[in-house]
Amino acid sequence: MKKIEAIIKPYKLDDVKAALTEVGIAGMTVTEVKGFGRQKGHTEIYRGAEYTVDFLPKVKMELVIADNKLEAVLHAISKSAQSGKIGDGKIFVSDIIEAVRIRTGETGEDAI
Amino acid sequence: MGSQSLINAGDTAFVLLGSALVLLMTPGLALFYGGMVRRKNVLSVMMQCFILMCLVGVQWVLFGYSLSFGPDLGHFIGNLNWVGLAHVGMLPNPDYSATIPAQAFMIFQAMFAVITPALFIGAFAERIKFSGFFVFVLLWAVFVYDPIAHWVWGAGGWLRNMGILDFAGGMVVHVSAGVSALALCLLIGKRKGFNSSPMVPHNLPFTVLGTGLLWFGWFGFNAASALAANEIAVNAFVTTNTASAAAGLTWALIEWGFRGKPTVLGTVSGTIAGLATITPACGFVGPMSAMIIGVAAGAVCYLAVTKLKARFGYDDSLDVFGVHCVGGVLGSLAVGLFAQKAINAAGNNGLLFGNTRQFYIQLTGVGATLAYALLLTFVFYIVIDKFIGMRVEERDEEEGLDLSQHRESAYSGEGE
Repeated sequence: MKKIEAIIKPYKLDDVKAALTEVGIAGMTVTEVKGFGRQKGHTEIYRGAEYTVDFLPKVKMELVIADNKLEAVLHAISKSAQSGKIGDGKIFVSDIIEAVRIRTGETGEDAI
Repeated sequence: MGSQSLINAGDTAFVLLGSALVLLMTPGLALFYGGMVRRKNVLSVMMQCFILMCLVGVQWVLFGYSLSFGPDLGHFIGNLNWVGLAHVGMLPNPDYSATIPAQAFMIFQAMFAVITPALFIGAFAERIKFSGFFVFVLLWAVFVYDPIAHWVWGAGGWLRNMGILDFAGGMVVHVSAGVSALALCLLIGKRKGFNSSPMVPHNLPFTVLGTGLLWFGWFGFNAASALAANEIAVNAFVTTNTASAAAGLTWALIEWGFRGKPTVLGTVSGTIAGLATITPACGFVGPMSAMIIGVAAGAVCYLAVTKLKARFGYDDSLDVFGVHCVGGVLGSLAVGLFAQKAINAAGNNGLLFGNTRQFYIQLTGVGATLAYALLLTFVFYIVIDKFIGMRVEERDEEEGLDLSQHRESAYSGEGE
């Protein structure tokens, strides 16, 4: 089993979700995060005091998939999350040792 | 015979309504300030506002009204003959208003006594210790607010006798609270991380909502200070709105022109500056003068908040000095320039209408208020700090005042 962590632009969330559904992914977890890579932030002014804000809002998607779906998932996310402009994000893949479905107690790929 | 034949229903209704409006300004202030602090401190600001509504609400009827407006003692303070509102009944007191019950005047004034100390909450926000705060505001209400109110508005008060013109509290409210704020922020010191970490408003929509409530309530503050539903009240209403609008517009245009974009925080701050500045003048000057005063308020307070603070580096967290003290002084002196007897026969003419003396009377009042408030604030702070402590420990400041002072969390998300 593999864990996919994808940091994407917030407005791309619906597109990515749709693309993943199409390749048969049934579930995922999404968190609102802040981050930056090469994309620059912005400045804000409050009563004359200027602040530089480096961190930009992003969305982090986490999903655990069967090994044989890896290539399809990477392709689906990359294609749907891409805008071509700086700040599109990144995908990280790691190994998962175990998974459990809490309701039924199923483990391994049956739990995904 | 009783009070029936003396009382004017329209005047009384107007003053009671005005009292309710002024009360609403303190919760409005809670929102205005609350939105500007960081998330972890929003409740502390609101608690300070609400506890003042309770504390001063009690203190006023017990003895505050007596000290401020009671029988004169040496032109400095009232005596305690009216403790527990003795002799303050439904008959009008002609020293203050001939057509409304004395208790109506009393309760109207109560709301001013409540909101004045609430103003300087902004100076020590995010680092004040609640216990020290509680004792300080009580002392300030009794020994700073009550005497100054007596000087300016009390029968026998030395500034009133001199002919000072302060229609709704430029000196009594804004100058006194504003200069106390400066002293307080200097004494308590800067917030931890000031100038190195960003301290941005956590909820500007609150601040905007608060401003709306303040502007609305200010019609009670200013217009109902006419103590009658008459032409003076109308004048005060019109000048109040005009000055506020002009000031907000000025601040927005300055930001737009010099900083690139007009901000919402700037625009609402401008309107508050206009409101504070017109407060002493609203019943004595005309609408066009009010417009000039508003523009001046917007520009001068903008400079005070952005340039003065940056130049001297004091952490007046929510700009109480820059808006209320500077605005209050500006407005109180503006009365000395723009006042017209034609607008209000009980007032006087200002410098621009042929009378130089009024300006010097205004200057005296401003000077006395500044000196007295400053001195007593210093003394009270130092004494209370020695015995109770005015500033929280560093770790309490980091944790946030909501948790450290009140064991509460504003947006816990629990209980969903």
